[in-house]
Amino acid sequence: MEVGYYPGCSLGATASDYTRSIEAVTQLLDVELVEVEDWNCCGASAAHSLDHALSINLSARNLNLAEKRGLDMVAPCALCFNRLKTAEKELLSGNQTEYPFSGNIQVLHLLEFMAESQLLGAFEKKVVNPLKGLKAVCYYGCQSNRPPKVIGHRDFENPMSMDRVVEACGAKALDWPYKTDCCGASHAVPRIDLVDYLVGRLCDMALAVGAQCLVVCCQMCQANVDMYQDRVSRQQGKEYNLPVFYFTELMALASGRPCVAGCFQRHFVDALPLLKRLDLL
Amino acid sequence: MNENIETHETVSEVPVSPDAAVQAPIAMDFNFLPQVEAESGANVSACFQCGKCSNGCPLSFAMDYHPYQVIRFVHLGARDKLVNSRTIWICASCQTCNTRCPNEIDIPRLMDYLKEAVSNGAGHIAEKDTALFHQTFLDSVQAHGRVFEGGFMQRFLIKSGRIWDVSEMMENAKLGYRMLRKHRMKLLPDRIKGRKEVKAMFRKSK
Repeated sequence: MEVGYYPGCSLGATASDYTRSIEAVTQLLDVELVEVEDWNCCGASAAHSLDHALSINLSARNLNLAEKRGLDMVAPCALCFNRLKTAEKELLSGNQTEYPFSGNIQVLHLLEFMAESQLLGAFEKKVVNPLKGLKAVCYYGCQSNRPPKVIGHRDFENPMSMDRVVEACGAKALDWPYKTDCCGASHAVPRIDLVDYLVGRLCDMALAVGAQCLVVCCQMCQANVDMYQDRVSRQQGKEYNLPVFYFTELMALASGRPCVAGCFQRHFVDALPLLKRLDLL
Repeated sequence: MNENIETHETVSEVPVSPDAAVQAPIAMDFNFLPQVEAESGANVSACFQCGKCSNGCPLSFAMDYHPYQVIRFVHLGARDKLVNSRTIWICASCQTCNTRCPNEIDIPRLMDYLKEAVSNGAGHIAEKDTALFHQTFLDSVQAHGRVFEGGFMQRFLIKSGRIWDVSEMMENAKLGYRMLRKHRMKLLPDRIKGRKEVKAMFRKSK
């Protein structure tokens, strides 16, 4: 099965671990990711903050390129996905730009693509290393679900797609109230204090419900909770030690893909002690 | 306004007093509301001040005005308060308010509209580093067609003057080194073939 793929800028750098696990899982499921040719940056928070017209136009070019190829387009980055959907809505409501888009293809977040029943069913048959004993909280963040009038999801206050994937891996997805709370996103550099505060809250709640790790579908959420967790721990005088996995990494681990240990080495919070203790790696 | 949010080091959990915001005299301008609605597309006049946006906002603790107050200031045409506020820059566009507003007001779009106006000279940029961060990011996209994370971060640190902050730079150097070792940072930008097209988009919208 072929599907269009819009990786986004971070997937080649900050989120290179996400990329590796995506490649492993899609190979396993016979999904061929066809990268949109010569795609450009979606502009992220920067474009929509400073220049609305530019932010729509940047995504319009990507939508146009994907539509020419004629395949539905999957985006692993929640913010890229959100910007593509926002542009899609604006273009289809009649505000076309020089890059026309007629809505003949669908734009999907990688999580909803993977959690769809047929693909998830195929995955369940390939689980050889069920993640027994792993207790996780699914952290969806902001951009993969909101606003529903743009994204079109129904369960935006209490999404369940990642919970289903985690359960299919054999792990326990715990219920918790911060599924769709904000990590502070691009404030990570200009206003570090805000991100530290929000990341601390997320980690506190994850521990309070008994989680051993967080599972994410957004490279910004992963970077903020993983890379800065050590600093937040020091500030608050707590030992969080919560690995932050991409959902695709857990899928790769559960299906015995050999590349997955290399993904975990790229994390800042070391996942190996937890996985070895549970005899999963 | 809460004094603690003036610095980058401290964050207060104490909510901003709504009274302080509305006690100061307001210069009203009733042409402002129709202008904002027409240009941003957000139906600001539908707001009945229920406060749902501000209760759910994950960052309202760090704002000088709550989101519902921003809306009220648009009603009243208190342009000066808005274009000089921190709130518009602190908003992370998490879309919680937009999702929950009973009147379907696109509040993050309003915040973006105000940021764009301020960055084009309509007011004082209250969170200079945030605006600079966005601008340096866009410069990188303009040059390469894709953002070069390592490169634009360096430019941001130089332009913001943070390069002179020894303790922060030590932290950044450690972080950068670990990212490089963990293959989470590139040394060279990705440059797309359609760079000229992307550059033209930048020219057109200015």
